[in-house]
Amino acid sequence: MEYFLIFVSAIFVNNILLAQFLGICPFLGVSSKLSTATGMSGAVCFVITLATVVTYLLNRYLLVPFGLEFLQTISFILVIAALVQMVEIVLKKISPSLYQALGIFLPLITTNCAVLGVAITVVTKEFAFSGTAPHMLNLGQATVYAIATSLGYGLAMCLFAGLREHLAGNDVPKAFKGLPIALITVGIMAMAFLGFSGIV
Amino acid sequence: MSKWHFVTDGFVKNNPTFVLVLGMCPTLATTTSAMNGLEMGLATMFVLILSNIVISLIAPMVPDKVRIPVYITVIATFVTVLQLLMQAFTPAVYETLGLFIPLIVVNCIVLGRAEGFANKHSVGESALDGLGVGLGFTASLTVIGLVREILGSGSLFGWKFIAGDGILAFVMAPGAFLVLGFLMVLFNKYLAKK
Amino acid sequence: MAAASTLKNMALCLTLVCLVCSAVVGAAYVVTVDPIAAAAQAKTTASIAAVLPEFSGTPEQGSVEWNGAKYNYYKADGAGYAIISSTSGFGGVLTLMVGVAEDGTIHNTTVLSHSETPGLGAKCTTDEHFMAQFQGFDPAVKSLSVKKDGGDLDAITASTITSRAYALAVSNAVAVFHQLTDGGQGNE
Repeated sequence: MEYFLIFVSAIFVNNILLAQFLGICPFLGVSSKLSTATGMSGAVCFVITLATVVTYLLNRYLLVPFGLEFLQTISFILVIAALVQMVEIVLKKISPSLYQALGIFLPLITTNCAVLGVAITVVTKEFAFSGTAPHMLNLGQATVYAIATSLGYGLAMCLFAGLREHLAGNDVPKAFKGLPIALITVGIMAMAFLGFSGIV
Repeated sequence: MSKWHFVTDGFVKNNPTFVLVLGMCPTLATTTSAMNGLEMGLATMFVLILSNIVISLIAPMVPDKVRIPVYITVIATFVTVLQLLMQAFTPAVYETLGLFIPLIVVNCIVLGRAEGFANKHSVGESALDGLGVGLGFTASLTVIGLVREILGSGSLFGWKFIAGDGILAFVMAPGAFLVLGFLMVLFNKYLAKK
Repeated sequence: MAAASTLKNMALCLTLVCLVCSAVVGAAYVVTVDPIAAAAQAKTTASIAAVLPEFSGTPEQGSVEWNGAKYNYYKADGAGYAIISSTSGFGGVLTLMVGVAEDGTIHNTTVLSHSETPGLGAKCTTDEHFMAQFQGFDPAVKSLSVKKDGGDLDAITASTITSRAYALAVSNAVAVFHQLTDGGQGNE
Protein backbone atom coordinates (compact mmCIF):
# COMPACT_ATOMS: atom_id res chain seq x y z
CA MET A 1 0.00 0.00 0.00
CA GLU A 2 2.78 2.35 0.86
CA TYR A 3 4.35 1.82 -2.54
CA PHE A 4 1.13 3.01 -4.12
CA LEU A 5 1.11 6.12 -1.91
CA ILE A 6 4.74 6.88 -2.78
CA PHE A 7 3.86 6.45 -6.46
CA VAL A 8 0.85 8.78 -6.46
CA SER A 9 2.49 11.34 -4.24
CA ALA A 10 5.63 11.59 -6.38
CA ILE A 11 3.72 12.01 -9.65
CA PHE A 12 0.95 14.39 -8.63
CA VAL A 13 1.30 15.85 -5.16
CA ASN A 14 5.00 16.64 -5.14
CA ASN A 15 5.57 16.78 -8.87
CA ILE A 16 9.29 17.18 -9.38
CA LEU A 17 8.89 20.01 -11.88
CA LEU A 18 5.82 21.87 -10.74
CA ALA A 19 6.23 21.60 -6.98
CA GLN A 20 9.90 20.90 -6.32
CA PHE A 21 11.35 23.02 -9.15
CA LEU A 22 13.91 20.44 -10.22
CA GLY A 23 14.78 19.88 -13.87
CA ILE A 24 13.49 23.22 -15.13
CA CYS A 25 16.27 24.08 -17.61
CA PRO A 26 15.71 21.18 -20.01
CA PHE A 27 11.98 21.48 -19.34
CA LEU A 28 11.91 24.98 -20.81
CA GLY A 29 14.41 24.16 -23.53
CA VAL A 30 13.22 20.82 -24.89
CA SER A 31 9.49 21.02 -24.63
CA SER A 32 8.58 22.85 -27.82
CA LYS A 33 7.71 19.62 -29.59
CA LEU A 34 5.89 16.62 -28.20
CA SER A 35 8.20 14.11 -29.87
CA THR A 36 11.43 15.51 -28.38
CA ALA A 37 9.69 15.86 -25.02
CA THR A 38 8.78 12.17 -24.89
CA GLY A 39 12.26 11.10 -25.96
CA MET A 40 13.89 13.31 -23.33
CA SER A 41 11.53 12.11 -20.59
CA GLY A 42 12.35 8.50 -21.37
CA ALA A 43 16.08 9.13 -21.13
CA VAL A 44 15.71 11.09 -17.91
CA CYS A 45 13.49 8.40 -16.39
CA PHE A 46 16.10 5.78 -17.06
CA VAL A 47 18.99 7.86 -15.68
CA ILE A 48 17.10 8.99 -12.55
CA THR A 49 16.10 5.43 -11.61
CA LEU A 50 19.54 3.97 -12.22
CA ALA A 51 21.34 6.85 -10.50
CA THR A 52 19.06 6.70 -7.45
CA VAL A 53 19.66 2.98 -6.96
CA VAL A 54 23.43 3.27 -7.33
CA THR A 55 23.83 6.34 -5.12
CA TYR A 56 21.51 4.83 -2.48
CA LEU A 57 23.71 1.74 -2.30
CA LEU A 58 26.86 3.86 -2.32
CA ASN A 59 25.52 5.93 0.56
CA ARG A 60 24.28 2.97 2.58
CA TYR A 61 27.33 0.75 2.28
CA LEU A 62 30.22 3.16 1.85
CA LEU A 63 29.47 6.68 3.04
CA VAL A 64 27.39 6.11 6.15
CA PRO A 65 29.41 3.28 7.73
CA PHE A 66 32.58 5.36 7.50
CA GLY A 67 30.97 8.65 8.52
CA LEU A 68 31.67 10.18 5.12
CA GLU A 69 28.28 11.82 4.54
CA PHE A 70 29.96 15.12 3.73
CA LEU A 71 31.25 13.48 0.53
CA GLN A 72 27.69 12.93 -0.71
CA THR A 73 27.66 15.83 -3.14
CA ILE A 74 30.98 14.98 -4.80
CA SER A 75 30.51 11.21 -4.97
CA PHE A 76 26.91 11.41 -6.18
CA ILE A 77 27.65 13.83 -9.02
CA LEU A 78 30.63 11.76 -10.17
CA VAL A 79 28.52 8.59 -10.12
CA ILE A 80 25.86 10.37 -12.18
CA ALA A 81 28.43 11.67 -14.68
CA ALA A 82 29.88 8.18 -15.06
CA LEU A 83 26.41 6.62 -15.47
CA VAL A 84 25.45 9.08 -18.19
CA GLN A 85 28.70 8.34 -20.04
CA MET A 86 27.93 4.62 -19.84
CA VAL A 87 24.36 5.13 -21.03
CA GLU A 88 25.68 7.10 -23.99
CA ILE A 89 28.11 4.35 -24.97
CA VAL A 90 25.52 1.58 -24.57
CA LEU A 91 22.86 3.54 -26.46
CA LYS A 92 25.26 4.26 -29.32
CA LYS A 93 25.80 0.51 -29.70
CA ILE A 94 22.27 -0.84 -29.35
CA SER A 95 20.14 1.95 -30.81
CA PRO A 96 22.07 4.48 -32.93
CA SER A 97 18.85 6.10 -34.17
CA LEU A 98 17.68 6.93 -30.65
CA TYR A 99 21.17 8.16 -29.85
CA GLN A 100 21.01 10.52 -32.84
CA ALA A 101 17.53 11.71 -31.93
CA LEU A 102 18.56 12.65 -28.40
CA GLY A 103 21.70 14.37 -29.65
CA ILE A 104 23.08 16.93 -27.23
CA PHE A 105 20.43 16.25 -24.58
CA LEU A 106 21.97 13.02 -23.35
CA PRO A 107 25.20 14.45 -21.89
CA LEU A 108 23.15 17.36 -20.56
CA ILE A 109 21.25 14.99 -18.29
CA THR A 110 24.33 15.05 -16.03
CA THR A 111 23.62 18.65 -15.11
CA ASN A 112 19.90 18.08 -14.73
CA CYS A 113 19.11 19.10 -11.14
CA ALA A 114 16.36 16.49 -11.04
CA VAL A 115 18.83 13.60 -11.09
CA LEU A 116 21.10 14.86 -8.32
CA GLY A 117 18.08 16.28 -6.48
CA VAL A 118 16.25 12.96 -6.32
CA ALA A 119 19.45 11.11 -5.35
CA ILE A 120 20.06 13.44 -2.40
CA THR A 121 16.40 13.65 -1.34
CA VAL A 122 16.07 9.89 -1.12
CA VAL A 123 18.96 9.53 1.34
CA THR A 124 18.36 12.61 3.46
CA LYS A 125 14.63 13.20 3.75
CA GLU A 126 12.17 11.45 6.00
CA PHE A 127 8.95 10.44 4.33
CA ALA A 128 5.54 10.15 5.95
CA PHE A 129 2.24 9.06 4.50
CA SER A 130 -1.04 9.28 6.36
CA GLY A 131 -1.07 6.53 8.89
CA THR A 132 2.64 5.76 8.94
CA ALA A 133 5.30 7.25 11.17
CA PRO A 134 7.94 9.36 9.40
CA HIS A 135 10.86 7.22 8.28
CA MET A 136 13.75 7.02 5.82
CA LEU A 137 13.16 5.05 2.62
CA ASN A 138 14.50 1.58 2.02
CA LEU A 139 15.92 0.53 -1.36
CA GLY A 140 12.61 -0.73 -2.74
CA GLN A 141 10.74 2.41 -1.74
CA ALA A 142 13.55 4.57 -3.08
CA THR A 143 13.36 2.82 -6.45
CA VAL A 144 9.60 3.26 -6.64
CA TYR A 145 10.03 6.91 -5.69
CA ALA A 146 12.62 7.40 -8.44
CA ILE A 147 10.46 5.74 -11.09
CA ALA A 148 7.38 7.66 -10.03
CA THR A 149 9.27 10.96 -9.91
CA SER A 150 10.52 10.52 -13.44
CA LEU A 151 7.03 9.58 -14.61
CA GLY A 152 5.80 12.80 -13.06
CA TYR A 153 8.58 14.61 -14.90
CA GLY A 154 7.51 13.01 -18.16
CA LEU A 155 3.87 13.81 -17.51
CA ALA A 156 4.56 17.48 -16.86
CA MET A 157 6.84 17.71 -19.89
CA CYS A 158 4.41 16.09 -22.30
CA LEU A 159 1.47 18.16 -21.03
CA PHE A 160 3.57 21.27 -21.42
CA ALA A 161 4.83 20.34 -24.89
CA GLY A 162 1.25 19.84 -26.00
CA LEU A 163 0.30 23.26 -24.65
CA ARG A 164 3.30 24.89 -26.29
CA GLU A 165 2.47 23.41 -29.66
CA HIS A 166 -0.94 25.05 -29.37
CA LEU A 167 0.54 28.34 -28.20
CA ALA A 168 2.86 28.49 -31.19
CA GLY A 169 -0.14 28.85 -33.48
CA ASN A 170 -1.75 31.58 -31.41
CA ASP A 171 -1.54 35.33 -31.36
CA VAL A 172 0.84 36.07 -28.49
CA PRO A 173 1.79 39.72 -27.74
CA LYS A 174 5.33 40.42 -28.96
CA ALA A 175 6.89 41.01 -25.56
CA PHE A 176 5.47 37.73 -24.27
CA LYS A 177 6.59 35.55 -27.17
CA GLY A 178 8.75 32.57 -26.39
CA LEU A 179 9.84 32.10 -22.81
CA PRO A 180 7.60 34.56 -20.90
CA ILE A 181 4.32 33.10 -22.14
CA ALA A 182 5.73 29.61 -21.57
CA LEU A 183 6.50 30.48 -17.95
CA ILE A 184 3.07 31.94 -17.38
CA THR A 185 1.54 28.77 -18.82
CA VAL A 186 3.63 26.63 -16.47
CA GLY A 187 2.52 28.84 -13.59
CA ILE A 188 -1.10 28.07 -14.35
CA MET A 189 -0.25 24.36 -14.67
CA ALA A 190 1.46 24.53 -11.26
CA MET A 191 -1.68 26.07 -9.83
CA ALA A 192 -3.71 23.19 -11.21
CA PHE A 193 -1.33 20.64 -9.68
CA LEU A 194 -1.59 22.43 -6.31
CA GLY A 195 -5.07 20.99 -6.21
CA PHE A 196 -3.54 17.57 -5.61
CA SER A 197 -1.99 18.50 -2.28
CA GLY A 198 -3.23 16.62 0.72
CA ILE A 199 -4.66 13.63 -1.12
CA VAL A 200 -1.98 11.32 0.31
CA MET B 1 41.53 48.96 -21.43
CA SER B 2 39.37 48.54 -18.40
CA LYS B 3 38.56 45.00 -17.39
CA TRP B 4 35.57 46.11 -15.34
CA HIS B 5 33.25 45.57 -18.26
CA PHE B 6 33.51 41.87 -17.38
CA VAL B 7 31.70 42.73 -14.17
CA THR B 8 29.05 45.05 -15.59
CA ASP B 9 28.28 42.65 -18.45
CA GLY B 10 26.96 40.17 -15.94
CA PHE B 11 24.19 42.54 -14.89
CA VAL B 12 22.47 43.30 -18.18
CA LYS B 13 24.13 41.97 -21.31
CA ASN B 14 24.88 38.54 -19.86
CA ASN B 15 22.29 38.41 -17.10
CA PRO B 16 22.12 34.70 -16.30
CA THR B 17 18.43 34.71 -15.42
CA PHE B 18 16.80 36.95 -17.99
CA VAL B 19 19.18 36.73 -20.94
CA LEU B 20 21.09 33.45 -20.71
CA VAL B 21 18.14 31.68 -19.01
CA LEU B 22 20.42 29.51 -16.89
CA GLY B 23 20.14 28.36 -13.30
CA MET B 24 16.36 28.31 -13.40
CA CYS B 25 15.87 25.74 -10.64
CA PRO B 26 17.26 27.75 -7.71
CA THR B 27 15.77 30.92 -9.25
CA LEU B 28 12.27 29.54 -8.90
CA ALA B 29 12.70 27.58 -5.69
CA THR B 30 14.64 29.90 -3.39
CA THR B 31 13.01 33.24 -4.17
CA THR B 32 10.18 32.99 -1.65
CA SER B 33 11.58 36.11 -0.02
CA ALA B 34 14.13 38.76 -0.91
CA MET B 35 16.50 37.59 1.82
CA ASN B 36 16.41 33.97 0.61
CA GLY B 37 17.10 35.06 -2.96
CA LEU B 38 20.00 37.23 -1.82
CA GLU B 39 21.53 34.41 0.25
CA MET B 40 21.23 31.90 -2.59
CA GLY B 41 22.79 34.34 -5.04
CA LEU B 42 25.73 35.04 -2.76
CA ALA B 43 26.30 31.31 -2.12
CA THR B 44 26.34 30.65 -5.87
CA MET B 45 28.66 33.61 -6.44
CA PHE B 46 31.13 32.21 -3.91
CA VAL B 47 31.37 28.95 -5.85
CA LEU B 48 31.35 30.73 -9.21
CA ILE B 49 34.30 33.01 -8.44
CA LEU B 50 36.45 30.31 -6.85
CA SER B 51 35.79 27.70 -9.50
CA ASN B 52 36.40 30.23 -12.29
CA ILE B 53 39.77 31.10 -10.75
CA VAL B 54 40.91 27.51 -10.25
CA ILE B 55 39.68 26.28 -13.63
CA SER B 56 41.33 29.17 -15.39
CA LEU B 57 44.58 28.22 -13.60
CA ILE B 58 44.52 24.50 -14.43
CA ALA B 59 42.90 24.64 -17.88
CA PRO B 60 46.20 24.56 -19.80
CA MET B 61 47.22 21.38 -18.02
CA VAL B 62 43.98 19.43 -18.35
CA PRO B 63 43.70 17.02 -21.31
CA ASP B 64 40.68 17.84 -23.43
CA LYS B 65 38.91 14.49 -23.06
CA VAL B 66 38.73 14.63 -19.27
CA ARG B 67 38.01 18.30 -18.88
CA ILE B 68 34.32 17.99 -17.99
CA PRO B 69 34.83 15.45 -15.16
CA VAL B 70 37.74 17.53 -13.86
CA TYR B 71 35.70 20.75 -13.91
CA ILE B 72 32.79 19.01 -12.19
CA THR B 73 35.12 17.66 -9.49
CA VAL B 74 36.57 21.11 -8.86
CA ILE B 75 33.11 22.70 -8.67
CA ALA B 76 31.84 19.90 -6.42
CA THR B 77 34.79 20.45 -4.09
CA PHE B 78 33.97 24.12 -3.65
CA VAL B 79 30.27 23.34 -3.18
CA THR B 80 31.13 20.82 -0.45
CA VAL B 81 33.39 23.35 1.26
CA LEU B 82 30.56 25.90 1.08
CA GLN B 83 28.10 23.35 2.50
CA LEU B 84 30.37 22.60 5.46
CA LEU B 85 31.08 26.27 6.16
CA MET B 86 27.40 27.19 6.00
CA GLN B 87 26.38 24.29 8.21
CA ALA B 88 28.93 25.39 10.78
CA PHE B 89 28.58 29.17 10.75
CA THR B 90 25.19 30.05 9.24
CA PRO B 91 22.96 27.07 10.20
CA ALA B 92 19.70 28.99 9.79
CA VAL B 93 20.48 29.94 6.17
CA TYR B 94 21.71 26.39 5.54
CA GLU B 95 18.35 25.01 6.62
CA THR B 96 16.33 27.50 4.61
CA LEU B 97 18.20 26.87 1.37
CA GLY B 98 18.31 23.12 2.03
CA LEU B 99 18.67 20.91 -1.04
CA PHE B 100 19.64 23.81 -3.30
CA ILE B 101 23.08 24.27 -1.80
CA PRO B 102 24.44 20.95 -3.06
CA LEU B 103 22.51 21.58 -6.28
CA ILE B 104 24.85 24.50 -7.03
CA VAL B 105 27.08 21.76 -8.49
CA VAL B 106 24.64 21.22 -11.35
CA ASN B 107 23.77 24.88 -11.73
CA CYS B 108 24.33 25.41 -15.45
CA ILE B 109 25.75 28.86 -14.78
CA VAL B 110 28.78 27.54 -12.94
CA LEU B 111 29.74 24.83 -15.41
CA GLY B 112 28.72 27.08 -18.29
CA ARG B 113 31.07 29.90 -17.29
CA ALA B 114 33.86 27.44 -16.55
CA GLU B 115 33.54 25.77 -19.91
CA GLY B 116 32.70 28.87 -21.91
CA PHE B 117 34.90 31.51 -20.34
CA ALA B 118 37.30 30.50 -17.60
CA ASN B 119 39.21 27.94 -19.59
CA LYS B 120 40.00 30.51 -22.28
CA HIS B 121 40.76 33.61 -20.24
CA SER B 122 43.28 34.70 -17.66
CA VAL B 123 42.80 34.24 -13.94
CA GLY B 124 42.05 37.89 -13.32
CA GLU B 125 39.46 38.11 -16.10
CA SER B 126 37.83 34.84 -14.97
CA ALA B 127 37.57 36.11 -11.43
CA LEU B 128 35.96 39.34 -12.62
CA ASP B 129 33.58 37.41 -14.87
CA GLY B 130 32.62 35.20 -11.94
CA LEU B 131 32.00 38.32 -9.89
CA GLY B 132 29.92 39.97 -12.61
CA VAL B 133 27.76 36.98 -13.47
CA GLY B 134 27.45 36.16 -9.77
CA LEU B 135 26.32 39.69 -8.95
CA GLY B 136 23.89 39.62 -11.88
CA PHE B 137 22.46 36.33 -10.63
CA THR B 138 22.22 37.65 -7.06
CA ALA B 139 20.50 40.82 -8.26
CA SER B 140 17.97 38.84 -10.33
CA LEU B 141 17.19 36.47 -7.47
CA THR B 142 16.82 39.33 -5.00
CA VAL B 143 14.47 41.25 -7.30
CA ILE B 144 12.31 38.19 -7.97
CA GLY B 145 12.33 37.38 -4.25
CA LEU B 146 11.38 40.95 -3.43
CA VAL B 147 8.39 40.95 -5.80
CA ARG B 148 7.17 37.60 -4.47
CA GLU B 149 7.66 38.71 -0.89
CA ILE B 150 5.82 42.03 -1.32
CA LEU B 151 2.90 40.43 -3.13
CA GLY B 152 2.84 37.16 -1.24
CA SER B 153 3.64 37.95 2.38
CA GLY B 154 3.27 41.70 2.50
CA SER B 155 6.78 42.21 3.81
CA LEU B 156 10.05 43.80 2.68
CA PHE B 157 13.20 41.87 3.63
CA GLY B 158 11.30 40.47 6.57
CA TRP B 159 9.69 43.73 7.67
CA LYS B 160 5.93 43.27 7.41
CA PHE B 161 3.97 46.28 6.24
CA ILE B 162 0.53 44.70 6.27
CA ALA B 163 -1.14 42.64 8.97
CA GLY B 164 -1.86 39.05 7.95
CA ASP B 165 -0.93 37.46 4.64
CA GLY B 166 -0.70 38.76 1.11
CA ILE B 167 -1.65 36.85 -2.04
CA LEU B 168 -0.19 33.53 -0.93
CA ALA B 169 -0.05 32.11 -4.45
CA PHE B 170 3.07 34.20 -4.96
CA VAL B 171 5.11 32.46 -2.28
CA MET B 172 3.99 29.08 -3.55
CA ALA B 173 4.92 27.24 -6.73
CA PRO B 174 2.72 29.02 -9.32
CA GLY B 175 3.84 32.44 -8.17
CA ALA B 176 7.46 31.66 -8.98
CA PHE B 177 6.71 30.90 -12.62
CA LEU B 178 4.32 33.83 -13.02
CA VAL B 179 6.62 36.41 -11.46
CA LEU B 180 9.60 35.20 -13.50
CA GLY B 181 7.52 35.31 -16.69
CA PHE B 182 6.29 38.85 -16.13
CA LEU B 183 9.68 40.14 -15.02
CA MET B 184 11.20 38.66 -18.17
CA VAL B 185 8.70 40.62 -20.23
CA LEU B 186 9.70 43.84 -18.46
CA PHE B 187 13.41 43.06 -18.89
CA ASN B 188 12.98 42.35 -22.59
CA LYS B 189 11.07 45.61 -23.06
CA TYR B 190 13.88 47.47 -21.29
CA LEU B 191 16.49 45.82 -23.50
CA ALA B 192 14.50 46.57 -26.63
CA LYS B 193 14.36 50.25 -25.73
CA LYS B 194 18.15 50.63 -25.24
CA MET C 1 46.07 25.17 -25.36
CA ALA C 2 45.27 22.11 -23.24
CA ALA C 3 47.64 19.21 -22.71
CA ALA C 4 47.52 16.24 -25.09
CA SER C 5 44.81 13.65 -24.39
CA THR C 6 47.09 10.66 -23.96
CA LEU C 7 46.07 7.92 -21.54
CA LYS C 8 49.00 8.74 -19.28
CA ASN C 9 48.10 12.44 -19.16
CA MET C 10 44.44 11.78 -18.52
CA ALA C 11 45.07 9.30 -15.74
CA LEU C 12 47.68 11.55 -14.14
CA CYS C 13 45.44 14.59 -14.33
CA LEU C 14 42.41 12.83 -12.89
CA THR C 15 44.41 11.27 -10.05
CA LEU C 16 46.02 14.58 -9.17
CA VAL C 17 42.73 16.44 -9.24
CA CYS C 18 41.06 13.80 -7.06
CA LEU C 19 43.89 13.88 -4.54
CA VAL C 20 43.96 17.66 -4.26
CA CYS C 21 40.17 17.92 -4.05
CA SER C 22 39.97 15.21 -1.39
CA ALA C 23 42.61 17.06 0.61
CA VAL C 24 40.71 20.35 0.35
CA VAL C 25 37.39 18.76 1.33
CA GLY C 26 39.06 16.82 4.14
CA ALA C 27 40.63 20.00 5.49
CA ALA C 28 37.30 21.84 5.34
CA TYR C 29 35.66 18.93 7.16
CA VAL C 30 38.23 18.94 9.96
CA VAL C 31 37.87 22.69 10.40
CA THR C 32 34.09 22.62 10.53
CA VAL C 33 33.34 19.41 12.43
CA ASP C 34 33.29 21.09 15.83
CA PRO C 35 31.41 24.26 14.86
CA ILE C 36 28.76 22.12 13.15
CA ALA C 37 28.26 20.04 16.27
CA ALA C 38 28.19 23.19 18.38
CA ALA C 39 25.58 24.83 16.13
CA ALA C 40 23.34 21.75 16.28
CA GLN C 41 23.78 21.64 20.04
CA ALA C 42 22.89 25.32 20.40
CA LYS C 43 19.72 24.82 18.41
CA THR C 44 18.66 21.86 20.55
CA THR C 45 19.45 23.70 23.78
CA ALA C 46 17.40 26.69 22.67
CA SER C 47 14.44 24.45 21.78
CA ILE C 48 14.60 22.63 25.12
CA ALA C 49 14.74 25.93 26.98
CA ALA C 50 11.67 27.06 25.06
CA VAL C 51 9.55 24.07 26.00
CA LEU C 52 10.52 23.35 29.60
CA PRO C 53 10.49 25.47 32.74
CA GLU C 54 13.82 26.82 33.97
CA PHE C 55 16.31 24.23 34.96
CA SER C 56 20.01 24.06 35.68
CA GLY C 57 22.53 21.57 34.43
CA THR C 58 22.68 19.72 31.12
CA PRO C 59 19.74 17.62 30.01
CA GLU C 60 20.60 13.98 29.50
CA GLN C 61 19.77 12.56 26.10
CA GLY C 62 18.04 9.27 25.50
CA SER C 63 15.79 7.44 23.11
CA VAL C 64 12.97 4.99 23.56
CA GLU C 65 10.70 2.93 21.39
CA TRP C 66 6.97 3.39 21.56
CA ASN C 67 4.26 2.08 19.27
CA GLY C 68 6.78 0.95 16.70
CA ALA C 69 8.63 4.26 16.35
CA LYS C 70 11.77 5.62 17.95
CA TYR C 71 11.48 8.78 20.04
CA ASN C 72 14.46 10.91 21.11
CA TYR C 73 14.10 12.82 24.34
CA TYR C 74 16.01 15.04 26.74
CA LYS C 75 15.54 14.68 30.49
CA ALA C 76 16.10 17.83 32.50
CA ASP C 77 16.38 17.26 36.22
CA GLY C 78 13.67 19.09 38.08
CA ALA C 79 11.95 20.31 34.94
CA GLY C 80 10.69 17.30 33.02
CA TYR C 81 11.18 15.74 29.61
CA ALA C 82 11.57 17.39 26.18
CA ILE C 83 10.39 14.78 23.70
CA ILE C 84 10.85 15.00 19.92
CA SER C 85 7.74 13.74 18.17
CA SER C 86 7.07 13.47 14.42
CA THR C 87 3.84 12.87 12.56
CA SER C 88 2.60 13.07 9.02
CA GLY C 89 1.19 16.55 8.40
CA PHE C 90 -0.52 17.95 5.32
CA GLY C 91 2.56 18.65 3.23
CA GLY C 92 5.07 16.28 4.79
CA VAL C 93 6.64 15.45 8.10
CA LEU C 94 5.77 17.65 11.07
CA THR C 95 8.36 17.48 13.88
CA LEU C 96 7.70 18.98 17.28
CA MET C 97 9.56 19.21 20.54
CA VAL C 98 7.08 18.76 23.40
CA GLY C 99 8.04 19.77 26.92
CA VAL C 100 6.22 17.62 29.47
CA ALA C 101 6.67 18.76 33.05
CA GLU C 102 7.23 16.27 35.84
CA ASP C 103 3.56 16.36 36.86
CA GLY C 104 2.49 15.18 33.40
CA THR C 105 1.19 18.51 32.15
CA ILE C 106 2.50 20.05 28.96
CA HIS C 107 4.66 23.06 29.63
CA ASN C 108 5.09 24.20 26.03
CA THR C 109 5.61 22.95 22.48
CA THR C 110 7.72 24.18 19.59
CA VAL C 111 7.90 23.21 15.92
CA LEU C 112 11.30 21.90 14.84
CA SER C 113 10.46 21.39 11.17
CA HIS C 114 7.44 21.29 8.90
CA SER C 115 6.40 21.48 5.25
CA GLU C 116 2.90 22.85 5.72
CA THR C 117 1.15 25.25 3.36
CA PRO C 118 2.10 28.90 3.88
CA GLY C 119 -0.82 30.88 5.25
CA LEU C 120 -2.68 27.76 6.30
CA GLY C 121 -0.91 24.93 8.10
CA ALA C 122 2.27 26.96 8.39
CA LYS C 123 0.41 29.07 10.93
CA CYS C 124 1.26 26.33 13.41
CA THR C 125 4.40 28.36 14.09
CA THR C 126 2.78 31.80 14.21
CA ASP C 127 -0.85 31.43 15.35
CA GLU C 128 -0.57 32.55 18.97
CA HIS C 129 -3.98 31.33 20.04
CA PHE C 130 -3.29 27.84 18.68
CA MET C 131 0.14 27.56 20.28
CA ALA C 132 -0.96 29.02 23.61
CA GLN C 133 -3.55 26.27 24.01
CA PHE C 134 -0.81 23.75 24.69
CA GLN C 135 0.88 25.75 27.41
CA GLY C 136 -0.03 24.23 30.75
CA PHE C 137 -2.41 21.75 29.09
CA ASP C 138 -3.23 18.86 31.41
CA PRO C 139 -3.91 15.74 29.32
CA ALA C 140 -5.35 13.99 32.36
CA VAL C 141 -8.38 16.29 32.51
CA LYS C 142 -8.69 17.55 28.94
CA SER C 143 -8.65 15.66 25.66
CA LEU C 144 -5.70 16.17 23.27
CA SER C 145 -7.61 16.32 20.00
CA VAL C 146 -9.36 19.01 17.98
CA LYS C 147 -12.93 20.00 18.77
CA LYS C 148 -14.09 18.47 15.48
CA ASP C 149 -12.95 15.09 16.80
CA GLY C 150 -14.59 15.61 20.17
CA GLY C 151 -11.55 17.02 21.94
CA ASP C 152 -10.74 20.30 23.63
CA LEU C 153 -8.44 22.00 21.14
CA ASP C 154 -9.29 24.76 18.68
CA ALA C 155 -7.87 23.96 15.26
CA ILE C 156 -6.15 26.51 13.01
CA THR C 157 -8.70 28.07 10.67
CA ALA C 158 -9.02 25.96 7.49
CA SER C 159 -6.12 23.74 8.57
CA THR C 160 -7.76 20.82 10.29
CA ILE C 161 -5.30 18.26 9.00
CA THR C 162 -2.26 20.17 10.23
CA SER C 163 -3.95 20.81 13.57
CA ARG C 164 -4.81 17.12 13.91
CA ALA C 165 -1.23 16.15 13.12
CA TYR C 166 0.04 18.65 15.69
CA ALA C 167 -2.33 17.30 18.35
CA LEU C 168 -1.36 13.73 17.49
CA ALA C 169 2.34 14.54 17.81
CA VAL C 170 1.71 16.09 21.23
CA SER C 171 -0.38 13.19 22.48
CA ASN C 172 2.23 10.70 21.24
CA ALA C 173 4.84 12.64 23.22
CA VAL C 174 2.66 12.44 26.33
CA ALA C 175 2.32 8.69 25.90
CA VAL C 176 6.10 8.38 25.57
CA PHE C 177 6.43 10.44 28.76
CA HIS C 178 4.19 7.99 30.59
CA GLN C 179 6.19 5.09 29.26
CA LEU C 180 9.39 6.68 30.52
CA THR C 181 8.05 7.60 33.94
CA ASP C 182 5.60 4.88 34.94
CA GLY C 183 6.92 2.23 32.64
CA GLY C 184 4.14 1.66 30.14
CA GLN C 185 1.10 2.83 31.98
CA GLY C 186 -1.44 4.70 29.86
CA ASN C 187 -1.60 4.50 26.07
CA GLU C 188 -3.13 7.71 24.66
